[in-house]
Amino acid sequence: MRRAARIGGVALTALLLWQALVTLAELPRFILPGPGLVFATLWSSRALIAEHALITALEVLLGLGLGAVLGFASAILLTASPLARSILRPMLVFSQAVPVFALAPILTLWLGYGLWSKVAMALLIIYFPVTSAFFDALMRTPPAWLELARVMNATPARVLWRVRVPAALPGFASGLRLAAVYAPIGAIIGEWVGASRGLGYLMLLANGRAKIDLMFAALIVLAVLTLLLHAAVDAACRRLWER
Amino acid sequence: MSDAPALRLSGRAKIGAAPIFGPLSLRAPAGEWTCLLGPSGVGKSTVLRLFAGLGDGIAFDGEAVAEDGVRLDGRVALMGQSDLLMPWLDATANVTLGARLRGTSPGRDRAREILGRVGLSEHADKRPHALSGGQRQRVALARTLMEDRPVVLLDEPFSALDARSRAQMQDLATELLAGRTVLHVTHDAAEAARLGQTILLMTRAGIASFPPPEASTPRLYDAPGTLAFQGRLLRLLMDTR
Ligand SMILES: Nc1ncnc2c1ncn2[C@@H]1O[C@H](COP(=O)(O)OP(=O)(O)OP(=O)(O)O)[C@@H](O)[C@H]1O
Ligand SMILES: [Mg+2]
Repeated sequence: MRRAARIGGVALTALLLWQALVTLAELPRFILPGPGLVFATLWSSRALIAEHALITALEVLLGLGLGAVLGFASAILLTASPLARSILRPMLVFSQAVPVFALAPILTLWLGYGLWSKVAMALLIIYFPVTSAFFDALMRTPPAWLELARVMNATPARVLWRVRVPAALPGFASGLRLAAVYAPIGAIIGEWVGASRGLGYLMLLANGRAKIDLMFAALIVLAVLTLLLHAAVDAACRRLWER
Repeated sequence: MSDAPALRLSGRAKIGAAPIFGPLSLRAPAGEWTCLLGPSGVGKSTVLRLFAGLGDGIAFDGEAVAEDGVRLDGRVALMGQSDLLMPWLDATANVTLGARLRGTSPGRDRAREILGRVGLSEHADKRPHALSGGQRQRVALARTLMEDRPVVLLDEPFSALDARSRAQMQDLATELLAGRTVLHVTHDAAEAARLGQTILLMTRAGIASFPPPEASTPRLYDAPGTLAFQGRLLRLLMDTR
């Protein structure tokens, strides 16, 4: 409740500042429309916005889900196999030197204008944070636990599944929380590069037609979607750890 | 535990270029409780690690063996100052950890029975964060018992407990570990005077043995014989360098 009140307070302050800026600077509506106009547009175009938001949400969720699974599996592989570690780890780090933005046109070329090029963008942008957060946590198992397991004559696979992985889940969770914020960025970039649907597409379209109020309405929906996703992932991670 | 072997260590140990101890030789009689005392940093934990097969980083020139000639691997249980409970497992699951790490049947009934013996029947379903420090250490003792190994290595297992819980744990451990070969590292002269059937003092000069009072263990903490012996041990500890 307290948290809801605080979030409400922050949102209200932001809206007031926004309105004050528009009023005091006498900004024309095609530069920065006031919050009243944006929310009116949000309401009147709700069907249009919802249609595109649904597409973006689907891209983000697919990207997040696949990225989480791939990141989880990669971190396990890196932990379990020194060979994989010596080969894949430098590759992973090097891959981070390539800005994901730069890949967007290529992905669109390979995967087409549809859903999957955006899913791939979201996946690519979250894969590294998820993998490295989980892998770091897997490598930081308290040595005393590993020694206890050794004295108990544990098999390596069981140590991995019953000690290292559960002990590293908080690390995986913090990777996922980051991913919840990054994944929408990936999807939007994908939509900017080439799409006929989605919030990113809608924003470009509105911008081109000088419908700045619609653009802001779409932006607000995107921000709210991202916040909801982050909150949902956060709640899921808590459940996972307290299970 | 008729198969509990005597333990013997002889040799010298280094970590990197730094000598840890030795040359020294140490013997823990079969099926008895041996207390190992000594100043901090003299290498007591290192001795336990060598018996437990955790000597990876230690350059050890000598042998740490069971006198029956059978390998110690798989016959040793280890309990330390920290309980090392897994926070995501409840007490019962922590007690059966060893079986599940080996892929054998966990024996939940036996785990519950052992938890009962350490006085934790009502807490069997609780996670470590919902237990007190003393209760957690009892779970760790139950986990050690569950392993049912003839050799038990204890590294200051009770030193983080308050005086009352410590005395209770000492009684409990003496009862439940009877018949096993126990090598117990402790800083506490009073503890050694209560529990030790053999008392070894480890110093840079080597190992010295001091015969404890006749009374059977756990000795009364306020019996004159225990107190006098405790005083003597403390004096010895203070005088070593
Ligand atoms: N990884 C290491 N590298 C170098 N020296 C080490 C390492 N681990 C332990 N030592 C040294 O080995 C010596 C013996 O350590 P050990 O833990 O066996 O002592 P201890 O008798 O158990 O001490 P305490 O009573 O304080 O627990 C210490 O002097 C310590 O500084
Ligand atoms: Mg020590």
